[in-house]
Amino acid sequence: MDTQPETALRPDPIDEAAGRLSEPSQALDPKSLVMRFGADAPLRTDAGVELAPFQIAYQTAGTLNAAGTNAVLICHALTGDQYFAHTHPLTGKPGWWETLVGPGKPVDTDRYFVVCSNVIGSCMGSTGPASIDPATGRPYGLNFPLVTIRDMVRAQAMLLERLGVRDLFLCIGGSMGGMQVLQWAALYPGRVFAAMPIATGPRHSAQNIAFHEVGRQAIMADPAWADGRYLEEGTRPSKGLGVARMGAHITYLSEPALHRKFGRRFQGGSAPTFSFNADFQIESYLRHQGLSFVERFDANAYLYLTRAMDYFDLAEDHDGVLAKAFQGIKTRFCVISFTSDWLFPTSESRVIVHALNAAAAPVAFVEVETDKGHDAFLLDEPAMFSAARGFIDAAARARGL
Amino acid sequence: MLFKGSPGNAAPWQTTDALPRTAEGNGARVDHIVVLGLVPPGARVLDIGCGDGSLLALLRDRRSIDGRGIELSRDGVNACLARGLSVIQGDADTDLENYPDDAFDVVVLSQTIQATRNPRIVLEHLLRIGRQVIISFPNFGHWRVRSELALRGRMPVTEIMPDAWWETPNIHHCTIRDFVGLCRLIGARIEHATALDASGRPMRFSMPWWVWNLFGAQGVFLLRRGAD
Repeated sequence: MDTQPETALRPDPIDEAAGRLSEPSQALDPKSLVMRFGADAPLRTDAGVELAPFQIAYQTAGTLNAAGTNAVLICHALTGDQYFAHTHPLTGKPGWWETLVGPGKPVDTDRYFVVCSNVIGSCMGSTGPASIDPATGRPYGLNFPLVTIRDMVRAQAMLLERLGVRDLFLCIGGSMGGMQVLQWAALYPGRVFAAMPIATGPRHSAQNIAFHEVGRQAIMADPAWADGRYLEEGTRPSKGLGVARMGAHITYLSEPALHRKFGRRFQGGSAPTFSFNADFQIESYLRHQGLSFVERFDANAYLYLTRAMDYFDLAEDHDGVLAKAFQGIKTRFCVISFTSDWLFPTSESRVIVHALNAAAAPVAFVEVETDKGHDAFLLDEPAMFSAARGFIDAAARARGL
Repeated sequence: MLFKGSPGNAAPWQTTDALPRTAEGNGARVDHIVVLGLVPPGARVLDIGCGDGSLLALLRDRRSIDGRGIELSRDGVNACLARGLSVIQGDADTDLENYPDDAFDVVVLSQTIQATRNPRIVLEHLLRIGRQVIISFPNFGHWRVRSELALRGRMPVTEIMPDAWWETPNIHHCTIRDFVGLCRLIGARIEHATALDASGRPMRFSMPWWVWNLFGAQGVFLLRRGAD
């Protein structure tokens, strides 16, 4: 969320990015740990496909204790990755959740064995549309099967099994990561001791599906997308993906935060240029967001992962009754929402809380007061940290850690 | 020692040694000690307006209850989280309708009903959600309240109602007799009732309602649905 005005001064950064053709090196050969699953261990997806072979890229921190009781799974969001506490190989930025995770932090890597894997369908080393289809020797593109949140969770469970983790002390994540947390609890109720779904919902709302569709159409309208075969054609739909990111990024913020950071202020002056240059700081900021995104993310992966979120409806999987997803569950939950989040508003978290109450599950709920919108879960939010610390420490005591 | 339970006052599951004495009373609020005496061991308990969770923690430690809470303030919820309690940030006026029938053995509403927008609906929800309801509230019929109003002509400010009229969250004050009237109106059965005097001491059970209504600073009721 940095404004980075020096970059934002460029007149049309997305045009500039369109010329670059960085290979999807991280998709094929990531700078992280990789677990490979052969033909004997296919991922059986909701779409009815047996995906094999496939690989899951992941990172860890901390050490699994002898009893195997201190494992934490971090579930990343839509465009996130496994580098939660590690320098990003493409951007060089620090881990995306170092505010919450690390030595002495609420998710204390001195006490817990923390795992985060790139979701299936993404582009940071786990198998996805930018990976090579063994049947053709060419990138999957749109031949990659549609994956769901549940498929992501199944793949994570297969990874954890290989790592010797029988069950989780804590499963935590925000946004799409929060969907995975809910799915974990519903799919493997006996294997999650504590769960923290943050800034998320039990289903993707019609409005959110609508925003995703705009992003997908922007990508598909870019001629360089080439019906999804851009890796073979040697092009990149950078304009489309950049516009998709610009639109999505607005939904991660809030009007008060935009007003506070940018207002109607002009970029590099005090008067309009009477052109379609990025006169306003907010325009420069969004263009910068679009530019930096296309350098690190694959357009097809963006299509697949937004689709996975759209399909998510936990109640639908349980006869339309969300409480049934959590029937008899022993997992202790801490649900967190943010007052200014209009993508996953507090009302969505309350639906989760009410369902957990109806299922008699132990649930705590905190609504954090902030003007930073949906992205608040990634930012320095002391109220979220204190709630997380209280919940996790108490859960650790109950677990005997 | 503030609590002196008389045997005739004891709930069915109580034994005299379970009655709260000094050891249990140390550091705990008087009305919490009274609630402690009314909650059976191992019960599923919902505490509405649970504040920092001190009652839930007391009940968990002394009665091994399975407790849940609802609290309006984030600071309160955070304090509960740190105690390992399952408490949601919410509002008695809006959140109770989402709880299923008979979800809890005991529902506790402590010093809160007078601050709700619709006490009757709240009380009906409590009786629906819990097999038993423990409810305490400041008695607006207390002689000091009456004298403030009758003699000084001012809205009363007392220890248990410390806020001035323009800043008090208490928008639906009632007397003990008023509350009994509401219980009759909605068909709630009063299984047990106690009035605490200004020092928090339970008043003698044998006293007639009008004495409670005049000298009780707060009422503590154990209710049950009438239809059962």
